[in-house]
Amino acid sequence: MPQTLVDKIWDAHLVTRRLDGRDLIYIDRHVLHELHAPHAFEKLEAAQRPVRRPDLTFAVQDHTIATLPGRGDDSNPQGSPFMKAMREGSRRNGIRLFDLGDPEQGISHVVAPELGMVLPGATHAVPDSHACTVGGLGALAFGCGTTELEHVLATQVMALKQPKRLRVRAEGKLGPQVTTKDLALRIIAELGVSGGRGYAVEYAGAVVRASPIEARLTLCNLTIEMGARTGLVAPDDTAFEYLAGRPFAPEGPAWEQALAHWRRLPSDEDAVFDHEVTIDCDGLEPQVTWGTDPSHTVAVTGRVPDPASVEDASRRAAMLKALDYMGLAPGTALAGLPIDRVFIGSCTNSRLLDLEAVAAIVRGRKVADGVTALIVPGSTSVRREAEARGLDRIFREAGFFWGESGCSMCAGGNGDRGKPNERCVSTTNRNFEGRQGRGVRTHLVGPAMAAAAAVTGRITDVRVLASGAP
Amino acid sequence: MEKFSILTGIAAPLLDDDVNTDQIAPVMPGRALKPNYAELLFARARRRDDGSDNPDFVLNKPQFGQAAILATGRNFGCGSSREAAVWGLLAFGIRCLVGKGFADFFRENCLQNGMLPVVLPDETADAFAARVVAADGSAPFTVDLGAQRLSGPGGADIAFEIPEADRLRLIEGLDDIGLSLRHTAEIAAWEARMARMQPWLQAACDRRLTNGRIG
Repeated sequence: MPQTLVDKIWDAHLVTRRLDGRDLIYIDRHVLHELHAPHAFEKLEAAQRPVRRPDLTFAVQDHTIATLPGRGDDSNPQGSPFMKAMREGSRRNGIRLFDLGDPEQGISHVVAPELGMVLPGATHAVPDSHACTVGGLGALAFGCGTTELEHVLATQVMALKQPKRLRVRAEGKLGPQVTTKDLALRIIAELGVSGGRGYAVEYAGAVVRASPIEARLTLCNLTIEMGARTGLVAPDDTAFEYLAGRPFAPEGPAWEQALAHWRRLPSDEDAVFDHEVTIDCDGLEPQVTWGTDPSHTVAVTGRVPDPASVEDASRRAAMLKALDYMGLAPGTALAGLPIDRVFIGSCTNSRLLDLEAVAAIVRGRKVADGVTALIVPGSTSVRREAEARGLDRIFREAGFFWGESGCSMCAGGNGDRGKPNERCVSTTNRNFEGRQGRGVRTHLVGPAMAAAAAVTGRITDVRVLASGAP
Repeated sequence: MEKFSILTGIAAPLLDDDVNTDQIAPVMPGRALKPNYAELLFARARRRDDGSDNPDFVLNKPQFGQAAILATGRNFGCGSSREAAVWGLLAFGIRCLVGKGFADFFRENCLQNGMLPVVLPDETADAFAARVVAADGSAPFTVDLGAQRLSGPGGADIAFEIPEADRLRLIEGLDDIGLSLRHTAEIAAWEARMARMQPWLQAACDRRLTNGRIG
């Protein structure tokens, strides 16, 4: 019977069906972070349950870690107890921790791919809803809560119901300055924030095939924002080239054996999906969110929609509430809106590809007066590489804060937050009320769009800025 | 985990669609390793900028101070997978949610903690919500998980569906990890088989430390 990519990975990892009908799916790699793992360690130890496979488990400090250069354990006093508990829990349980000061510390979803911990056809779990990011390499990744994290530590399996199959084909070609971030926001706008619920999403089509791995990671990252728990891209030569030689990837005969296996993973020609959606990317413009969930998205050339034109009463009410929070009126053009803050970072857009795109816009320009602009690389490795290429100098000379790696202002768990009523242009994944600080008005965009906003002090069509037009 | 059989209590309406876990359990400045989860619940909506209580927020209203049931809208609990969203609701005293649908992560976290998520068809959910609003905390509603029935002021009993395995898990208060640990032998057999078939999956070695050898 023809199978999808997800079916193949699922079947290969099915240990057994539990009494209650759930499938026990083996987890090949488990990456923890300090916000949730300490709690799970404590419960596990109270129940006297050992960690089954510490050798397949890794940990990072990312959610609460300070981004201030020269940071220490106590730079963010609120994060300090989380980080210390993570360190002690990792040591007690024999888990390798990429700690503060480690040359490879960073956001789990950035670190795991760049070290080659993520492999095509493998399963991956992180106690974070953006675990789906690493699907960009063809892995089947699951976010989870704290009890499920404890479950994986104790058993190395997750008890899951098999998701339905959704394929999103992105056809055509992305124009200049249009990225997979814009594509992802467009998909969410079309499907809605719960349109993917119950599905595993396979991203396919010409645009996906032509995208480098970093861009695929960005695309998969936003899968949860349409309510789907996981999303992935079939592995191909782009993925294999990315992985070859990375520290945790196999090598020699094992690499050849793995490669032969990975080439059989893509969905069979005649595999059946429960639902299919095609997005035409010719003519796709840079996207900007105007409201308080990621489906509240329009093109940068667009205007804030009018709730009066929406029939569904509940959607209309939500739009009115969003506009009130955002301080926007229906019909306002997005381009030209004055902004106060720019944040470039997070598991969505903090990799070298993103920082290069930012540098291309920022080079020779300055952060606009009155704008606070932060760039926080996704990992210490990204930071080092960016510095080797001189990007940090471009950023600093333009007036950006150049931080140490972590989740930072994505959720503000480390104290990096905006101020009430600030309009913040952000490369992150959630524009929820209060997420970046009480009263902060978040507009999600891609990295070059964020750079354009920083240097002009307004939401700006980066295509216009890059073309040199006034 | 506490077993769930019959729950009788005040029902409060929080009917917005797409209520996310950043609203339910925000990452607040000053959050401790072990926060007061009851305080954390809807912390931003429940308090005004100056820190005083917002009297307009539903769970701050005196008639809902003892709420045990929450009537919700569509896609409640979307966003982050943080389990603190469920812990906050439990700490407040809520044991059952009744709405048009729940986000996947949130629903899983409910089942892990003895919280009953009841999904009703849109029209039924709207009718139930209207009864909750009309009752305004003056009389309790009852959720009977054994009989899969909701009852209370303002109308007839409402039958609801829930997957049988989820129902049993809540009724029996089953420990999910314990359930899976019964399969330890099969897990070990899978590992042994995979170590032969796809050895790279069963060995996560940093080649810089292992000198290139796997396994």
